Amino acid sequence: MLYREAGDFKTSYAQDNQTFPLKLDRFGYYCILGVAVFVIPFVINDYWVNAVFLPFLIYAIAAIGLNILVGYCGQLSLGTGGFMAVGAYACYKLMTAFPEISILVHVLLAGGITAAVGVVFGLPSLRIKGFYLAVATLAAQFFLVWLFNRVAWFYNYSASGQISAPERAVLGVNITGANVEPWAAYLFCLAFLVASAWIARNLTRGATGRRWMAIRDMDIAAEIIGVNPLRAKLSAFAVSSFFVGIAGALFFAVYLGAVEVGEAFGIQKSFLVLFMVIIGGLGSIFGSFAGAAFMVLLPVFLKNALVGGLGWPTDLATHLEIMIVGALIIIFLIVEPHGFAQLWRITKEKLRLWPFPH
Amino acid sequence: MPDQVLFAIEVTLNGLMAGVLYALVALGFVLIFKASGIFNYAQGVMALFAALTLVGIMDGQVPFAHLINVVFGTNVHHFGWTVPALLAIALTMVVMVGFAWAVNRLVLRHLVNQVPIILFMATIGLAYFLEGLGDMMWGADIKKLDVGLPQGINGWIDSTTFDAFGYGFFIDNLDIVATLIAAILVTGLVLFSQYTKQGRALRAVADDHQAALSVGISLSFIWVLVWSIAGFVALVAGIMWGAKSGVQFSLSLIALKALPVLMLGGFTSIPGAIVGGLIIGMGEKLFEFLVGAPYLGGATEIWFAYVLALVFLVFRPQGLFGEKIIERV
Repeated sequence: MLYREAGDFKTSYAQDNQTFPLKLDRFGYYCILGVAVFVIPFVINDYWVNAVFLPFLIYAIAAIGLNILVGYCGQLSLGTGGFMAVGAYACYKLMTAFPEISILVHVLLAGGITAAVGVVFGLPSLRIKGFYLAVATLAAQFFLVWLFNRVAWFYNYSASGQISAPERAVLGVNITGANVEPWAAYLFCLAFLVASAWIARNLTRGATGRRWMAIRDMDIAAEIIGVNPLRAKLSAFAVSSFFVGIAGALFFAVYLGAVEVGEAFGIQKSFLVLFMVIIGGLGSIFGSFAGAAFMVLLPVFLKNALVGGLGWPTDLATHLEIMIVGALIIIFLIVEPHGFAQLWRITKEKLRLWPFPH
Repeated sequence: MPDQVLFAIEVTLNGLMAGVLYALVALGFVLIFKASGIFNYAQGVMALFAALTLVGIMDGQVPFAHLINVVFGTNVHHFGWTVPALLAIALTMVVMVGFAWAVNRLVLRHLVNQVPIILFMATIGLAYFLEGLGDMMWGADIKKLDVGLPQGINGWIDSTTFDAFGYGFFIDNLDIVATLIAAILVTGLVLFSQYTKQGRALRAVADDHQAALSVGISLSFIWVLVWSIAGFVALVAGIMWGAKSGVQFSLSLIALKALPVLMLGGFTSIPGAIVGGLIIGMGEKLFEFLVGAPYLGGATEIWFAYVLALVFLVFRPQGLFGEKIIERV
């Protein structure tokens, strides 16, 4: 009754191929975007931005990146944390070396540098497949974190071994450093997220995305029909690492401000982003958003419920939280292995006929 | 002999001993992977959980004491008795078998026929759950595990090598015991899978699920069995590592070290797990000694195993002893 495609006529191929072919979907999308840009910045405070919105926006970018690699191209990667670290350290070095250039450029360049590193670590994927590749990407994770920990040049020889973001502004408004308005940081990350999602969506439905999906479904068959596996796999690694690098740069510069590499970009981060992608739905941009939202909100919710609501000590709440997260992942995989994206698809199918399914 | 060579030999020997422990964890992976095609990420956490349970039972801790105290406002922590090591090990084994049964009943049964990555993710979820459960049950503090294994420098080797080379090798008694136990364990597993009915059934399942089903082998029983054996291997590994460096969370990280071991040896090969473990253990210690510490600023052990496995796989994608990967369209 509410969700109808009847009467929604298309008169050209361009109309038929748009991202949201249904009027209602399109309307919903613009509504959400409008609320995100014009309403939320005026109502949020420091707590909401730091506990919910910034992590969600940044992880969503990382999840889109990883989803391109795992969900669209089928190359399982456990090196996300390491690549995020590359983005963060590249951004830091650029920010301190070229203070007069806008941080926008720095973040984009950090993404580019991460893409190059990603291609290097993606090279073995031409020989190694499946779980062997997943373990091989662990090499990237551990090696990169070790590198940033040991080579003092990366953290500008600071005594603590930490990197901390200097104050930088965009259009006269502080984005990084100590005096940041919550709405400014929020809008900055939101802009990157919207751009990332837009690029990712359009890449994945075009020729590039089809090559990736052909490789994912069966690489030998794809090769036979003329997909160049070298180019397809490495381009997936490059694009994926680009987004992950941007996420890492934002995570360091805007969200945390100061970073110790082993703590912020350890193996746990790789698993966290992988969880987002799997729970959200492999091979779906919407799924990356849903997964990121779920994995960010769940700990916040549990913490508020257990520590705030029941008055438990924090260490006990942390243990229970780990248990619940683990159990929920298993339950999710049992109930719906294709994640939130599939649930959403099913819901839409049901809604089309509701309330008269026969 | 020059000192450098002697040091290098000592490092190699110690690396081999550490490799035995990696191999023990890797063994658990291989068993489950062969029998059910599941890449069980939770193996390392199983070792941690087994060691925690063992310490808890031996010390007579009340399970979930912290939780009970918070919810009911009581103050319980210990039963006030201690359990002898052997009995505690037996009890822990009962817990691990129960865990194996629960995993199969509650998780794996519902995930039959899913693609491998989903099963892999499920075991990561399992690892999280088990880690939280272990901490909830027994507390998260670092515990000492002492089941009466000999520890400290082996005097005989020290004095013999001192007489021969003028330099005494430092080799821990615990490492020697670990090597012996690992050898016994592997021999036992091989004998079990060669000469017993259940062992043969296990191998049949590993070869071909459907063919095994058609001759009347119960898949669900075999899976419980193999998870129990993996639990036993985890317990042994947990005891060794726990005695060496205390029972703490970092124990579960050795599972990650077992992954490059598996890659070197091949996911499906028991001898591969052993040889891979020895190569990795020896390689990382030697690399740290010869290259890492002098030139790269140390702590190369964190990544060396992975990079070695990565480079190795580029030349031989199925590992040392893995089955040749044949792909068809």
